[in-house]
Amino acid sequence: MCRYLERCENTARLVDAGFRMSLTRSSAGQTEWNSVLETLDARHAFEARHGVPTVDKVTDFLIRDRSNPASVIEVYRLARDNARRTRTALTLELWEAINESWMALLELLKRPVTSAGVPELLSNIRRHSALVRGALFGTLLRNDIYCFCNIGQLIERADNMARILNVKYYALLPMAGSGGSPLNNVQWEMLLRSASAERAYHWTHQGEISPTSIANFLILDRQLPRSLAYCYQELTRQLDWLAGAYKDNGLPSQELATTLGQNLTGLTMTEILSAGLQPFITQFLRDNAKVASQIETDYRFYS
Amino acid sequence: MASDNPFFDEMTTSGGEARTPYADYADWLSSVDIRALRRKSRQAEHVFRRTGITFNVYTDAQADERLIPFDLVPRIISGAEWAGLKAGIEQRVRAINAFLYDIYHRQEILRAGRIPEQIISKNSAFLAQMVGVTPPGGVYTHIVGTDLVRTGENEFYVLEDNVRTPSGVSYMLENRETMMKMFPDLFERIRVQPIADYPKLLRKSLGRSAPPATHGKARVAVLTPGIHNSAYFEHAFLAEQMGAELVEGHDLQVEGGRITMRTTRGYVPIDVLYRRVDDDFLDPLNFRRDSLLGIPGVMDVYRAGGITLANAPGTGIADDKALYSYMPEIVEFYTGEPARLRNVPTWRCAEPDALGYVLEHLDELVVKEVHGSGGYGMLIGPAASRKELAAFKKKLLARPFNYIAQPTLALSTVPVLTQAGLAPRHVDLRPFVLVSPERIDLIPGGLTRVAMKKGSLVVNSSQGGGTKDTWILGG
Repeated sequence: MCRYLERCENTARLVDAGFRMSLTRSSAGQTEWNSVLETLDARHAFEARHGVPTVDKVTDFLIRDRSNPASVIEVYRLARDNARRTRTALTLELWEAINESWMALLELLKRPVTSAGVPELLSNIRRHSALVRGALFGTLLRNDIYCFCNIGQLIERADNMARILNVKYYALLPMAGSGGSPLNNVQWEMLLRSASAERAYHWTHQGEISPTSIANFLILDRQLPRSLAYCYQELTRQLDWLAGAYKDNGLPSQELATTLGQNLTGLTMTEILSAGLQPFITQFLRDNAKVASQIETDYRFYS
Repeated sequence: MASDNPFFDEMTTSGGEARTPYADYADWLSSVDIRALRRKSRQAEHVFRRTGITFNVYTDAQADERLIPFDLVPRIISGAEWAGLKAGIEQRVRAINAFLYDIYHRQEILRAGRIPEQIISKNSAFLAQMVGVTPPGGVYTHIVGTDLVRTGENEFYVLEDNVRTPSGVSYMLENRETMMKMFPDLFERIRVQPIADYPKLLRKSLGRSAPPATHGKARVAVLTPGIHNSAYFEHAFLAEQMGAELVEGHDLQVEGGRITMRTTRGYVPIDVLYRRVDDDFLDPLNFRRDSLLGIPGVMDVYRAGGITLANAPGTGIADDKALYSYMPEIVEFYTGEPARLRNVPTWRCAEPDALGYVLEHLDELVVKEVHGSGGYGMLIGPAASRKELAAFKKKLLARPFNYIAQPTLALSTVPVLTQAGLAPRHVDLRPFVLVSPERIDLIPGGLTRVAMKKGSLVVNSSQGGGTKDTWILGG
């Protein structure tokens, strides 16, 4: 459930980033939509059905299209269904927040998405996300259920962040910075917006901008709540808590996560770049998926 | 409204005055603006949707979530009227449990010739796997829904005994919650017997029926077919309210003679399983092999005393139209007293005299198939054409043992809020009875189901029926 909720929020964030880029940098618009679609593994499906991306078509496809299993509405349906299945584990406030968001989403998406309606639509989705998150953090007992919610969210967040980096890794290579060409600025802006990190980056870096520092921010900076390092720092903490509560230390998932987390803490961008940025990212995606799968096994999610 | 309603109205007498149980309510109603009521009605609908009290209707593979219409005029019964019903319901439930024990052991009632053997031997609801099994405390029907109808001031009939998986109690509870939220002033003025303890009582009742293999406090779980089942909300609601686990078949397995439930910390045994899955689908090793909803081998664990199933398998035999007609005999045989609650007079067409009567009075009667359900294969005499009557006569003559007949009942009405103001609609009542060893608990009231269409007798939610809050005064 929490993975799906996080995924919805991230999809909406990506669409928002793509939307802004298409407004402010119209020449790059189409390319940016393509990279959004690729990040969501939906490019082929879109092209097969709609051909060339335009604002209306892409936003409708990514938010409202029931035949697109990665659309916000379809992923939210899964989240809400899972919430229904595990009602007894949720507080009433959390269930109502999820259910009301679902009802609001259905209402908002009754008619096709148009570019004029996108800002308000996305703002509504963000607001509902905040309500759900508030209910979750505000009312859930701090027990294993709460722990699993956090774990799901963090795994998904790390995965989504890595996917974004994977599609745009070339913009983060050192040579990409030479000359500071407008094309690079577009990519960097897109990357940072996709992680809701644009302002945070400029605030911490005080005007300085380079592909390496952006990569460092998004991968290794533990102050950024969406960075890979932050996700794994928190994930390890959650798994340690769980192991303590269950009196079950040394489970494979805990060890895997701890190792990955320690790697991220110990690495520098120089080391990552010399070993190869793209291989690093693809390996991370694989390792993260392995941690997720091991957690499911260790904690008996399926029989 | 009173003058052109030929039926017994529970709120208003034929003279246009409020009946005693409704006196205070009618008083309150006269001071209320009907537009405020309509607003509350819409409010209630929103609350139900937000809480997710919906059921799924499947059309074209896309699930549609529907609300069961809720009407905010309560159905009010006096404490004295209820006391009479209570005694009759308890007697009936006691008799049913005694019957089930007997029918799966020495079958004394058959030996005594009080009911014909074919009713049992040719009945697919009779489970051979239950013969000789004695559930804890001899309790077969832990939860019973005894459907009642009313035709006059003191005329109540039992329409049906629901002893398999009676549902609707979550609506009873949520309706009361909603009424209290919307009309707190009403509850300050009028003393209504509380029902909020039902989940606690249910938990205690189920706990008392725990099997001998239980260690410490009994662990209770609710077995649901899943979120696509139309009654799913109730399964989740009851589990939540009782503090019980909610499980599906694939969460459970047989281990060491117990049924264990998969958790993030390993497998833990369940002591009492409140199962909302039909007998047929309960155990693919013992019943339908294609069932994905059940637990392979649960019947074997049950028979060895490793788990209590509520309600017990095989209770369907008491839930059957043919057996229904023998209920007066059954109550008398096991309690030694005549039945306090009336059965609807029933003619069994398998008997020549009865068949003769039915054929002669076909246009006045309701004829039902013994093993039918959902209103199929039925004839409503007064509403049938000459052709339909003739065709049905042929069917009756061909297979008389397949039919029973009953008079058409003039069901009582209670007003609902319509576009044009208050208008009478037919209602029935489903009280919920909890049975545990040595004890019967009956919740005051139950679920009132109302036919929302004018003149309709169909109260089923799947065909547009709605519900009301039921008040038993006093206490």
